[in-house]
Amino acid sequence: MAWFQRKKKGILTTRNDQNNIPEGHWVKCPKCALINNHRELDGNAWVCVKCDYHYRFGAGRYFDLLFDNATYTLHDADLVPQDPLSFTDRKAYADRLRTAAQETGMNDAVRAATGNVGGHPVSMAAMDFSFIGGSMGSVVGEIVTRAIKRAAAQQMPLIVISQSGGARMMEGALSLMQMAKTSANLTRLDQMRLPYISVLTNPTTGGVTASFAMLGDINIAEPGALIGFAGPRVIRETIGQDLPPGFQSAEFLQDHGFVDMIVDRRQLRSRIVHLLDLILEP
Amino acid sequence: MAKNQAAYLLDFEKPLVELEMKLNEMRALDTNGVDLTQEIAELDKRVDELRSSIYQNLTRWQRVQLARHPLRPYTLNYVEALTTGFVELRGDRYYADDPAIVSGFATFRGSNYDYIDRTVLVVGHQKGRDTRQRKYRRFGMPNPEGYRKAGRLMRIAAKFGKPILCLLDTPGAYPGMEAEERGQAEAIARNLFDMACLPVPIIVVIIGEGASGGALGIGVGDRMLMLENAWYSVIAPESCSSILWRSWDYREEAARALRLTAKDLKKFGVIDTIVPEPLGGAHRDPDAAFNAVGRAAAAAMQELCTLSPETLIAVRHERLDQIGKFSEGNA
Repeated sequence: MAWFQRKKKGILTTRNDQNNIPEGHWVKCPKCALINNHRELDGNAWVCVKCDYHYRFGAGRYFDLLFDNATYTLHDADLVPQDPLSFTDRKAYADRLRTAAQETGMNDAVRAATGNVGGHPVSMAAMDFSFIGGSMGSVVGEIVTRAIKRAAAQQMPLIVISQSGGARMMEGALSLMQMAKTSANLTRLDQMRLPYISVLTNPTTGGVTASFAMLGDINIAEPGALIGFAGPRVIRETIGQDLPPGFQSAEFLQDHGFVDMIVDRRQLRSRIVHLLDLILEP
Repeated sequence: MAKNQAAYLLDFEKPLVELEMKLNEMRALDTNGVDLTQEIAELDKRVDELRSSIYQNLTRWQRVQLARHPLRPYTLNYVEALTTGFVELRGDRYYADDPAIVSGFATFRGSNYDYIDRTVLVVGHQKGRDTRQRKYRRFGMPNPEGYRKAGRLMRIAAKFGKPILCLLDTPGAYPGMEAEERGQAEAIARNLFDMACLPVPIIVVIIGEGASGGALGIGVGDRMLMLENAWYSVIAPESCSSILWRSWDYREEAARALRLTAKDLKKFGVIDTIVPEPLGGAHRDPDAAFNAVGRAAAAAMQELCTLSPETLIAVRHERLDQIGKFSEGNA
């Protein structure tokens, strides 16, 4: 007889306890399959420690990463989307909004804040893919517009972090017009000679790319980010063949002249501070 | 035209056309000596009734079909009817000329519409009529060169102080590989940015289809006019169906959900004026459609040409700023 013998058969942890292991302590890297530790990722701007894969990073995290001492003032968090079209597909838009708000704790897919970056007061807006794919409807358009106006009114540079599937279908032409609204407002900064830095993260596509995301004085992309106008699936269907590897990646866009630089998220803050120093100081 | 009409029949038009054909047959018999005056009058009345009942209660999807009708007037038809001496100007000066967008200076026949004749820049999406032309015009789906050409010419119009007339008719910007390589998104974004501050009146007319950034890329202006059966939205109903319903079969539902008709958009403040079409659609009486567009464009031009460039731009921005529906505060 063995020195150890199991007296009870089966797995003893109750189903309930198994299910209650806190979520997300470990995450597998989609690129190199390394199992990353949550805490380690937190200290590494959610970049895989082995292969530099950039995990999705929410609006609040970008604010913490970029503002001095992670200190900033939030704005317009009380703007709430409506359902002007009473839009219903397989699910009602009103329900989608409710679910998204519950899951993300946000009212819509963008947040705006002001604070210092490298000692420079800055107006910032950061999109969040977790809210209905970071899509742009009336609220996103309005919050980005107000962030631009805030920059103009207080003579500050503007930084927008884009992360979006495009314009939000559930608000129809109203979403479409947000492209024109945000772009028109950016002309104010041009006239006032205020810098606008656009940061394109994974993914930035559709109506967001075709408006404020592409209009930065300086366009920065994160490594490996999908950036484009039409989605890869639509293009594949149009041309009837597979797309070459790396098509519509940040690197592809840099090669074709549409982004100035690709910056690792861990260096994003120092790079932006350096650029602001160069532009704002004599 | 009547023969062509029958060749491009939409499903919901069939009962009407059958009745119309019967009426024509009776008329032919009548002229051959058989007296059918009474019958013809009756049938005529039924045709009229059926026509109004069909066309005055069009569903959103039926309007989408009318907007895509192969005989519907396209940009160059409007150019021919509304202007004289059109000179097409081509090329973006960077890469190529894109035939999916046509542009050039012409004299707008304003005097036909209680206004004055004046030089305008016309910019519009152009579709083709036959297979060869459709391919050449890429079904009215521009590449980045099209938007850059339009942008270049609109800046020239601004330089010479000429009003701009934009005619929108596209199923979307071309979703091809080269389009992405040459910066479709940047080309559209740049036009939105530039058009916001052009110091000349910009009158936008949605004459057929207006899908997404591909339409908006030449569609920022001071007045938005829209033909009664045109559609304008963030995405085509088919694509919307494919994404949200995960199937191509829900285009009718998608058309309804997107609220893409002129009446819908007037309500949301996206467009200013609905331009009435002849019963049955612009292709049934193109001259009537040209007239209605000419009149609406002339009225807008007359109003806008009196404003200073500063006022024009300020009002244009204000107008855009007001578009969108949301609530504020913890209500």
